[in-house]
Amino acid sequence: MRREVPLIITAVVGVIFVIQYFIPHAPFNQFNSWFSDWFAIIGACAIWLGALNLMRISADKIYRRRSGWGYAAIIIASFLLIATIGFAGGSQFRDPGTGFDWLYTWVYSPLSATMFALLAFFVASASYRAFRARNLEATLLLLAAFFVMIGRVPVGDAIGSFIHLPESLMPSKITIWIMGFINSAGQRAIMIGIALGIVSTSLRIILGIERSYLGGD
Amino acid sequence: MTMRGANRPFCRFGLSFFIILLLPAYLCGQESIAPPSKVVAYDFKYDRGEAVELSWQLSPDDKGNGSISGYEIYRAEDPLDSFISIGFVSAGTSSYRDKSVYKGQSYRYQVATSSDGHLYFSEISAAVVPRMELINWNLLNLFIIGLFLCGSVIFFISHATRGKKLFIRKIAGLEAIDEAIGRATEMGRPILFVPGINDMDDVQTIAGITLLGRVAKVVADYDIRINMPVSRSLVMTTARETIREAYMGAGRPDAYSDDMVNYITDEQFGYVAAVDGIMVRQKPATCFYLGAFFAESLILAETGNSIGAIQIAGTAQPAQLPFFVAACDYTLIGEELFAASAYLSNEPKQLGSLKGQDMGKLLAMIVIILGVLAATVSQMGGGQFFTDIHQFLSNIFTVQN
Repeated sequence: MRREVPLIITAVVGVIFVIQYFIPHAPFNQFNSWFSDWFAIIGACAIWLGALNLMRISADKIYRRRSGWGYAAIIIASFLLIATIGFAGGSQFRDPGTGFDWLYTWVYSPLSATMFALLAFFVASASYRAFRARNLEATLLLLAAFFVMIGRVPVGDAIGSFIHLPESLMPSKITIWIMGFINSAGQRAIMIGIALGIVSTSLRIILGIERSYLGGD
Repeated sequence: MTMRGANRPFCRFGLSFFIILLLPAYLCGQESIAPPSKVVAYDFKYDRGEAVELSWQLSPDDKGNGSISGYEIYRAEDPLDSFISIGFVSAGTSSYRDKSVYKGQSYRYQVATSSDGHLYFSEISAAVVPRMELINWNLLNLFIIGLFLCGSVIFFISHATRGKKLFIRKIAGLEAIDEAIGRATEMGRPILFVPGINDMDDVQTIAGITLLGRVAKVVADYDIRINMPVSRSLVMTTARETIREAYMGAGRPDAYSDDMVNYITDEQFGYVAAVDGIMVRQKPATCFYLGAFFAESLILAETGNSIGAIQIAGTAQPAQLPFFVAACDYTLIGEELFAASAYLSNEPKQLGSLKGQDMGKLLAMIVIILGVLAATVSQMGGGQFFTDIHQFLSNIFTVQN
C-alpha cells in the first residue's frame, strides 16, 4: 500500500489535469487553481522543514567543530537577524524604510548582484575553452560566435563599410541570418524534443511505469 | 433710394459668395466623422464564459491619414446599466476581445470613433451572454496529436513487453554515469547532485529526481557519499525519500542519512554561493546538474570544472544548454534528460515509451518537411492550393486560444 497509494494519486491527478486542459466547464476549470493553491500551501508549510533542517545541520557543524563551522555560524546569525527584524516589522515588514527593506536593499541585493557578476568572468573562461578551433564543429562554433558578437556592435558594420562589403554581407545582417535561421531552427528542434520528452515522461508517470521517483524500479 | 437700389445686385452677390464659398469652408472645420457600423458582439467560443468577441466595420473616415486616433469601446450590463469605457484600440482595428466579463451576465456594446477629442458613437450592439462551453474544440488538433503520441507510446510499450527487441541509440552522458560514480569511489571523494532551482511542480525537477533514484542505487552499492544541496523544501523531502528507498533497495538502509540532502535557501544566488562553497571545500569527484537551471548554470559548471570534477549536466532550458556543453564533460540535451531514467532502467516497458516518443518526432519531421515544401512552392507562384496546405500544416501545431 505504501507504494500503491502514491501511484494511484499520481495517476488520478495526472488524468484530471489532462482532462481539465480540454474541458473548460466546471468543475474541471477549477482544478488548476485548486491544485496551485494546495501546492502553495504545502510549499509554505514545507519551508519550515527546510529552515529547521538548515539550522539543525549548521548547529551540528558548529557543535562538532567540523571544517567550515565558521560559515555555519554566519548562516545561523544571518537567519536569526533577518527573521527577527522581519517579524518585528509586522505585516508591513517589506515596506520601504523598514529594517527588513534596509537589509534587503543594502545587504542581500549587493551580495546577489556580486554572485551574478561572476557570470561575466565565467562566460569568458568557458568561451575560451569552447571556441578553441580543435575540430570542425568547434571551428564552426568559433566562426558563428565571431559574427554574432561583431554583428551586435556598431563597429562591426563600420568595419564592413570600410572594406566595402555588400549590404547583405554586413556583420549585422549575417548575425540576423544566423540568429533567425540556424539558431532558431536548432532551438525549435530542441523544443520539439523537449515537448515530446515531457509527454512521454508524464505518460510513464501517470501509467505507473516510471517509479524511480518513489525509489523503486 | 437710388443708392439702395443700385447696391441690391452687390448684396445678392455677397450673399451668394458667402453661401457658395464660405459656408462649406465653415462647415469643413466642424465636419462630422462617421462612426463605425455593424457592431457585432458574440460569445467567445469554447472558453469558460470569460470573454466576448466584438467586431465592427471601420469608419469610412478611417483612411490611415491620422484623422482618427482610434476606437473607444463601451459596454453596458443589459438592460439598464449605463455605458462605460472598457478599452481603446488604434485606428484600423476592427475587433476587440473583452476578457473582463462574467459568465451568464448579459452585455451590450457600443464603439465610438475618436477624433480630435470628439467621440462619434455607433449603434448599440445586440445583447450577448458569455457562456461556459463543455469542450474546447479549439484544442482538437492538440487532442488528436496527444492521442497519437499516447497511442504510439502505449503501442511500443506493449510491443516491448511481448519481447520484441527495440533499438535505442546510445546516450554518451548516461553511459558515463557508472564511470563517473566509479571515479568518485576510487578517489574516495563525494558525489554532488544538484537538482536545479525549481520546485517539484516542474517536470525537469521530477526528471532529475527520477535520475537521482538510479544514481543513488549505484551510490549505495559502491558505498560512497552523496551530497545533495537543494533550494526547495519539497525537493528536499522528495529527494530524501528517493535516496532512502534506493538504499533500502540496495539492502543498506543503515547507510542512509537524512544529512545527504540538505536545504540551503530558495534564493537563486544565495543557493549558488552555498553550492560553490561546498564544491570548493569538499572537492567532489563527480557533479551532477540535472533539472531546471537559469543564470546559475555556468557559475556552477565552471566552479565544478575548476576543481577537476567529472560533470554530467542535463536540462530542458535551451538558453542554458550552451553553457553546460561548454563547461561540462557530458550534457543531456533536452529530451535526453527525460529519457535518462527509462534508458538506464533498460526495462522493455520504459524503452518502449522512448520508441513511442520517436514516433512523435517522426510526425513532426514529416509535417515540417511538407510545410517547408508547400511554403516554398507557394512563394514561387504555386497557387492557392499550396498556400492552403501550408496554412493547414501550420495550424496543426498551433494552439488556437
